[in-house]
Amino acid sequence: MSDLFKVSSNPHIRSKVTTNGIMLAVIVALMPAAGFGIYNFGPRALAVIAVTVGATVLTEYLFGLYRKKLTVTDLSAVVTGILLALNLPVNIPLWMAALGGIFAILVVKMLFGGLGQNFMNPALAARCFLLISFPLQMTDFSCDAYTGATPLAALKAGESVNVMDMIVGHTAGTIGETSMIAIVLGACILILLGVIDLRIPGSYIVTFVLFVGIFGGHGFDPAYLSAQLAGGGLMLGAFFMATDYVTRPITIKGQYLFGIFLGLMTGIFRIFGPGAEGVSYAIILGNLLVPLIEKVTKPRAFGMGGKKHEK
Amino acid sequence: MNKAGERLFNGLIKENPTFVLMLGMCPTLAVTTSAMNGLGMGLTTAVVLALSNMIISVLRGIIPNRVRIPAFIVIIASFVTVVQLLLEAYIPALNTALGMYIPLIVVNCIILGRAESYAYFNGPIPSLFDGIGMGLGFTFALTCIGAVREILGAGKIFDIQIMPDSYTPIGIFVLAPGAFFVLAALTAFQNFLKNRRARAGKPYEKIQSGCSEDCMNCSDKGCSKRFYDDSKSKVEEKAKETTDKKEAVETKTEKIEEAEEEKELEVVDLEKEDK
Repeated sequence: MSDLFKVSSNPHIRSKVTTNGIMLAVIVALMPAAGFGIYNFGPRALAVIAVTVGATVLTEYLFGLYRKKLTVTDLSAVVTGILLALNLPVNIPLWMAALGGIFAILVVKMLFGGLGQNFMNPALAARCFLLISFPLQMTDFSCDAYTGATPLAALKAGESVNVMDMIVGHTAGTIGETSMIAIVLGACILILLGVIDLRIPGSYIVTFVLFVGIFGGHGFDPAYLSAQLAGGGLMLGAFFMATDYVTRPITIKGQYLFGIFLGLMTGIFRIFGPGAEGVSYAIILGNLLVPLIEKVTKPRAFGMGGKKHEK
Repeated sequence: MNKAGERLFNGLIKENPTFVLMLGMCPTLAVTTSAMNGLGMGLTTAVVLALSNMIISVLRGIIPNRVRIPAFIVIIASFVTVVQLLLEAYIPALNTALGMYIPLIVVNCIILGRAESYAYFNGPIPSLFDGIGMGLGFTFALTCIGAVREILGAGKIFDIQIMPDSYTPIGIFVLAPGAFFVLAALTAFQNFLKNRRARAGKPYEKIQSGCSEDCMNCSDKGCSKRFYDDSKSKVEEKAKETTDKKEAVETKTEKIEEAEEEKELEVVDLEKEDK
């Protein structure tokens, strides 16, 4: 009897998906890329990852203490920390990595209201913050294992690159971006678990390939295209950062639009821009456009609209 | 003279143009790359602000309500030109550092705002001190922002190295985004102090912007209403308009008469030429 009169506001159907569960899945999916980074660059990569994760978690914890609302247990700070570390070069001074972690959580996420309110991907915003602040340290990719330019920079300079090495990941670059295989493996985990779908990554990558094919100056040369795809942060960005629940459009049409925009911007930055890489800026710009995209692609409410009869 | 002191305090702390009124954001964000630039910009603006406030206050009986904004701009622009020429002559380094932003003081909303909300309604001496107070408040804010940005972004303050050599400057702070970060942080800090004061039970200080009302909670006595929506002033304006029209009609008739006279003269001339 009592059940009959239970009155509650919606939502009435509850999903078993929790923030914790999703974040845990993302962490697991990031493990191949992080593991390969540590294998590829040595123990210092592990130190960078540990420092950024420590900085993000500690910042979130302290802010939670101050606001008397602990949100650190939802694991989102850990995800931000790992993503940020995967976007840093291995030789970055550790205090810079920590500063990036603090910036990501404090300025980009918590000051705007915490998880769900941030208008940009915190890890990427922090990467851009560091890139602008410390351009020397952030683009110094030489380490014990590799010297010289990243494959993308070499490609931009017109040199030939070993595409196989790029796909496996034996190249210079940031900690987590080098191995296409490890990233795609992680992405497969996320897709199988239903955490992400292929709308954004798919439209992103297809648009990017078309753009590079048309404007790249090499036509649809498979070696060049696969080097562009495997090089830099494109895969990491497309699967792990463009699909961030908070900073992607909600509407399905909007997600395709978002992906196409990212592909165009990345292509423009890489081919016409002064630098070799442009994924971070492309995604951040896309994040800023999300409210507009959502407004444009707002689906019609059921029962509203249809053909208007002229009076 | 007590009023003068109150005006100074008002401009420096209570209604600080940058941190409280949020006016003049363009120079605040653009030129505060170093403490010196902030100080220079602030003082330049302060001089123009104080002098233009005083002159506008003196002339407030003469300036008609309808053309007050152009009149203010002319007065402000004259002072800006004077100050810019002085800077060019005596502190050329600062002049080149501030560049385009000195002529832009003409359209600085602090100056126009103070003229509009204070100087146009108060005597010259309080207006002068209002200008000085506001100008010093602006200088204080700009110097603070400039100092923080210079320390973080270059490791220096007033061009004197204070950070150890091992310090790596955080370059973003001398670029545009850094201005936003620092301004937001300082404003937040200022609000934090205010909130603590309010929570401690001390009297809450309402912002008084000339009209002795809090702009946030302004219902119907606001500055814009004073000019455009007040029913009394509307009646007055209507009366004025009718008188204006009458005058206009009179001048028109005069003009027509003059024109007719001219025509007659022309006719005469033509006739003369014919002859």
